Amino acid sequence: MRFFEDIAVGQRREVGSFTFTAELIKKFAAQFDPQRFHLDEEAGRQSLFGGLAASGWHVGSVCMKLLVADAQRLAREAAARGEEVAAWGPSPGFRDLRWIKPVLAGDTISYASEVESLRLSDSRPQWGILQLRNTGTNQRGELVFSLLATAFVPRRNVNP
Amino acid sequence: MTLSFEDFPAGRFGSFGPRRVTREEILAFAAEFDPQPMHLDEEAARHSMLKGLSGSGWHLCAIMMRMMFDGFIGRTASLGSPGVNELRWLAPLRPGDDLTLDVEVVEARLSRSRPETGIVTFRGIIRNAAREVLCEMVSPILVRRRVARAGQDG
Repeated sequence: MRFFEDIAVGQRREVGSFTFTAELIKKFAAQFDPQRFHLDEEAGRQSLFGGLAASGWHVGSVCMKLLVADAQRLAREAAARGEEVAAWGPSPGFRDLRWIKPVLAGDTISYASEVESLRLSDSRPQWGILQLRNTGTNQRGELVFSLLATAFVPRRNVNP
Repeated sequence: MTLSFEDFPAGRFGSFGPRRVTREEILAFAAEFDPQPMHLDEEAARHSMLKGLSGSGWHLCAIMMRMMFDGFIGRTASLGSPGVNELRWLAPLRPGDDLTLDVEVVEARLSRSRPETGIVTFRGIIRNAAREVLCEMVSPILVRRRVARAGQDG
């Protein structure tokens, strides 16, 4: 993964896409969010969603899944080139998460991540703080999911 | 009885749990959605910033959702949520943690665009058995009004 100095506001990565099948939607919902519109086609049709809809937490967890896969792919490529790979810190959280449109059974969501802001940490000089706008767009090009994530990114050659 | 918008006045709503989170659950969620070494591998986790195996933050979110469902959303006329204003991960989720959820209604107001519904904004706080706060979330949920429903039924 990249160091603070390698990152600029506006940098964007397409991190991959994922198809939410009815089976996957119901499996996640049964475990974590068993509201009827996430479990049953007919209940979904009668809800505001208009069909069997994925739990918003499922949509967010899949975003994480693709972000991790992308970061691991980048890290492998960097290591193969003999570059030093930055280890990012754990995230302190996110804000402004919006479930803009329902993700219905059969929808394919393409996720992207764009750097929205970048600053040095006041309290920890070896770290930078990054805000990423992570989004999901369906197969019709409609934005369905968006959040502003915060991440700690190490600076190059700054020792704690 | 189904809970309606009118059942969520601003103020403390309730406490739910405890809910035990096992190592197997943490590993299974991480393998599927967040396969970082700190969530999957004891040895790698010991050397991470979190100093030991920890659950994915998204796993904690999903567990909070389930605790809210079991606590009250399962019997609420909920129409879903438009999003999350803010979510903070404050301390790591550990295998064997017994989680409790405290819920407060921050704001309850009528929807301008859908008169038959209200918007209830909740603050949920997840703590472990040592009362350490692991996660705090503020999120609105659309809830049907009792008055409107009675009108429709009648």
